[in-house]
Amino acid sequence: MFTTRIQLTLSLTVATLVASACMPMSKKAGMDYPALVQDDVTTFQAFFEKRFPDTEKADYINGVYSIDADARSQWESLEEFPPYELSVDQGKALYETPFANGSSYATCFGDGAVRSQYPYYDEDRAMVITLELAINECRTANGEKVLKYKKGDLAKVSAYMSFVSRGQAINVDVASEGAYNAYMDGKEFFYSKRGQFNISCADCHMRATGFYLRADVPSPGLGQTSHFPTFRTKWDALGTLHRRYGGCNENIRAKAFPAQSPEYRNLEYFQTVMSNGLVFNGPGSRK
Amino acid sequence: MKVKASARNGSVIVKTLLAHPMETGRRKDGDGKLIPGHYITEVEANHNGERVFHCELGPSVSKDPYLAFSFQGGNSGETFTMSWVDNKGENESTEVEIR
Amino acid sequence: MNQSRRQFMTRVGKSVAFLVAVVNLPRVVWANWSASAFGATDLDTAIVERYGNLAIADSDAIQLKAPSIAENGAVVPISIATTLAAKSISVFVEKNPSPLSCSFNIQPRMNTDVSVRIRMGATSNLIVLVEADGKLYRTSQEVKVTIGGCGG
Repeated sequence: MFTTRIQLTLSLTVATLVASACMPMSKKAGMDYPALVQDDVTTFQAFFEKRFPDTEKADYINGVYSIDADARSQWESLEEFPPYELSVDQGKALYETPFANGSSYATCFGDGAVRSQYPYYDEDRAMVITLELAINECRTANGEKVLKYKKGDLAKVSAYMSFVSRGQAINVDVASEGAYNAYMDGKEFFYSKRGQFNISCADCHMRATGFYLRADVPSPGLGQTSHFPTFRTKWDALGTLHRRYGGCNENIRAKAFPAQSPEYRNLEYFQTVMSNGLVFNGPGSRK
Repeated sequence: MKVKASARNGSVIVKTLLAHPMETGRRKDGDGKLIPGHYITEVEANHNGERVFHCELGPSVSKDPYLAFSFQGGNSGETFTMSWVDNKGENESTEVEIR
Repeated sequence: MNQSRRQFMTRVGKSVAFLVAVVNLPRVVWANWSASAFGATDLDTAIVERYGNLAIADSDAIQLKAPSIAENGAVVPISIATTLAAKSISVFVEKNPSPLSCSFNIQPRMNTDVSVRIRMGATSNLIVLVEADGKLYRTSQEVKVTIGGCGG
């Protein structure tokens, strides 16, 4: 099924990336983290450029629609009046409604165009902070109850903020040991096999992307996180990235981690770094 | 409903998304009972007292129906009305400004 | 049962199903909803109920844009354009329980160029009929609908 050339390229790339993922965490003194990460980014992106020579790099943020013309045509028809538009309107209304204490999301995030600031590694708290996490932290800081992380109002607020941030560059900086550890954690997740099907993210989104897996064409791993939250026709609703992570893990019969768990936050961190150089284009619509 | 209308080359191009469950009448709820059909049956648009669009819909149209059409005549700044009615007699009407 | 009896029973069965469907139809309509056509449960009946027994001829003056493989049968975006002097344009999904999906009644100032998102329950022929000068003109395309891929 896979051509020898692709198999060779993939084996080489995966070998390189897995090898570096298996590097012991202990010897970090004096390491040039940005350079190490940049190497990974270059290798990762080069894999896709070789795999899909006709795809413009900037187009990867459109997922499977960058590599499947029939699907793209349907997506473009949907984008004439995207199904997430109603959610963005609702998100805007939520964003502009003050909390009980008089503050609002604007107190935390200004005009909301802050998508490119997430995810980031918080040195003091030694953890990755995602946009959705920050939204709920804004709420608790102002006496409001937390919202569920996968869909509903939180997804709508995230959709509105993503919408007003459209076009912002993806440029995650991995500069410290702590950040690098979180990055490597996410990287290991991406390349590790899991579930009853014993499949890794890379198996579907690097090895099998562009091929049919039963009735689906897996999207390329490059640019995967740029367009969330996403309105999936299947959900008939908006859902966050971690909702998709959970669903994906369940599809391969692995137990899903909770939304905003360290595993998924680090995975989001790694995946976003891999798309450095592209732009955020959420919210998106997908099947 | 959300309607976008713009005048171009002597026609008004209209795109609309009508929020409606378009329940087919064939789905069952959690208890196994049939959920009654509830769907938009007619959509129309009127400009300057003339009907410029009319269509009939049914359960084989997607939830939150999307329609795109165009009609001749009509300039930026003018308005027209879009309305729909469903099989339960519910209806909605809105005035749309042509961009 | 012998062949003609089977045919008779099939016809009776279809009529009963058709009548049951008609009884559950909307009571409030504005002007013009083709109740019996939307209530029909098979393609041929739906066409006859909508258009009577007009002759049908294939035509290449109708452009139908529809996907080869629907991403999701619940939302299949299609576009239809025709240069015929259309009085109406109707969309049928052959294998749907309600084969008549929608019908556009062309108004004097309306251009014969429409888009809509339809539901398709299974792989089926998508048939567009344009009514013009007392005849029906047809174009059709098969659209595949799949269920259960690996993407969930």
